[in-house]
Amino acid sequence: MDNKDKLKEVVDQAIANQHVPHVKLKRMGPSSVDIDKLTKPSKETHQEYWGKGLTYFAIALIIVLVVSIIGFVGYHGLATFINDHVNVFHFLTSTDWDPGEGKNHVGAAVMIVTSFLVTLLAALVATPFAIAIALYMTEYSSKKGANFLQSVTELLVGIPSVVYGFLGLTIIVPVIRKLFGGTGFGILAATLVLFVMVLPTITSLTVDSLKAVPGHFRKASMALGATHWQTIYHVVLRVATPRILTAVIFGMARAFGEALAVQMVIGNAVLMPYNLVSPSATLTSQLTSQMGNTVMGTLPNNALWSLALLLLIMSLVFNFLVKLIGKKGQK
Amino acid sequence: MTTIISAKDVHLSYGDYEALHGINLNFKEKELTALIGPSGCGKSTFLRCLNRMNDDIENIKIAGEIKFEGQDIYDPKTDLVNLRKEVGMVFQQPTPFPFSVYDNVAYGLKIAGVKDKALIDQRVEESLKQAAIWKETKNNLNRNAQAFSGGQQQRICIARALAVRPKVVLLDEPTSALDPISSSEIEETLIDLKHQYTFIMVTHNLQQAGRISDQTAFLMNGDLIEAGPTEEVFIAPKKQITSDYLNGRFG
Repeated sequence: MDNKDKLKEVVDQAIANQHVPHVKLKRMGPSSVDIDKLTKPSKETHQEYWGKGLTYFAIALIIVLVVSIIGFVGYHGLATFINDHVNVFHFLTSTDWDPGEGKNHVGAAVMIVTSFLVTLLAALVATPFAIAIALYMTEYSSKKGANFLQSVTELLVGIPSVVYGFLGLTIIVPVIRKLFGGTGFGILAATLVLFVMVLPTITSLTVDSLKAVPGHFRKASMALGATHWQTIYHVVLRVATPRILTAVIFGMARAFGEALAVQMVIGNAVLMPYNLVSPSATLTSQLTSQMGNTVMGTLPNNALWSLALLLLIMSLVFNFLVKLIGKKGQK
Repeated sequence: MTTIISAKDVHLSYGDYEALHGINLNFKEKELTALIGPSGCGKSTFLRCLNRMNDDIENIKIAGEIKFEGQDIYDPKTDLVNLRKEVGMVFQQPTPFPFSVYDNVAYGLKIAGVKDKALIDQRVEESLKQAAIWKETKNNLNRNAQAFSGGQQQRICIARALAVRPKVVLLDEPTSALDPISSSEIEETLIDLKHQYTFIMVTHNLQQAGRISDQTAFLMNGDLIEAGPTEEVFIAPKKQITSDYLNGRFG
């Protein structure tokens, strides 16, 4: 402000003392003598400011949401152990699940084991197929073929899980019943349904990981006398391994968290599976089938929240694994 | 000296566009031949014909005859694996795999089915020495090859190409992505090696061609204009257009 006044003074002085008649120094007024030209914020800077503010607001909202979800699930999930005095070790290892009968009957081992079994089996079966499809799409098929397969995988991702469950219930369960006896419900049926469900997830992420392998590695390998298959096996797959593992973990996360389709074919009996066709229950299937039958704040309800907390922790573990492998892959 | 590769009337076209209009050129054994010419003249395309790296390009048609030690490499029965073991290649950008130095250099032997660990060890060391990169790598054989500098990576790639003991090494502008010091180190390496291998090098750098090549071939617009001993081509070119190019009147 000082500067502006000073400048004004100088200009006024100069106008008053005009010595040269043919050069008329005009008084330009305060708005014309704009000495703030550079320091006044421009319209663009204002927009920048607002834009930044908007993103910060959105991020803050998401953080609040995530924290409150974790807080809520944690609060109710831990109530089983803090308020109802269920032993954590007992919860994780006992196969006796009947929370209505008191704190000594809250054992989630059956659900934990079954959840891990169906997840691992589904990933184990799906991964070789996913890699084969992805290799065919990126290395062998024509562009048209690859585009077609891509639309098929995208379609498979988009089918609602209840449809998969319904198909499993109508086709897979009776076939298993015929072939292996029993009810047909159980880990095998769940594995097969989940196999179809995680296949497109793992496939499309594997395709991305194979496409990310630079073309010059392939050329360099071929120029050294490698066949196409040797190049794929020794270079492309080796370079892509960390990202393929990430793809498998994403698939496992999906399988672990899938509730509806699994619930429809697993049998929903809290029994430790003794073979692949005995009815059982997973963490998710138990949650969906029982959540309507409990009263908020009671032990049976809190026990379900503990299952939810376990699911939440597992998804954090899957995320952590993805990060860890990503970091290792960069080395 | 005997001719190791001979090209006779080589035509190449992408779809309707003909990029090479009948190239006739012989390459002598254990010499370094430089292919020079303005950008887009077809010199790299021609180089890639010599170990059939053009085969996978869509709509490509190659006619004529290229013989390696008397055998037509475009014979339908030619086994590409065998051909590329005899005629190796080093690219413009250093392309080491993101593996250890050892795995990179051993790669060609491994895919060729060599199991003898002692032989592989020996070949890796020999090849790294030949490519003048042994000193920098001998204590870091397990380090990722991509952790080295650009010039070092390129010499690791040369070692990788040499490890399968090819007779011919094709070099596609091997130093154009490198700084001057790394370039001159690679030039020295090539000078030291040219009594053991046949090199065919595409280069944009005329001084480089003059410094290290024995034979020079000048291509323009898909035609071979002139070829001969480097001194003759550089000092007393037979064609005016060669002289114009060498003197920088166009390029």
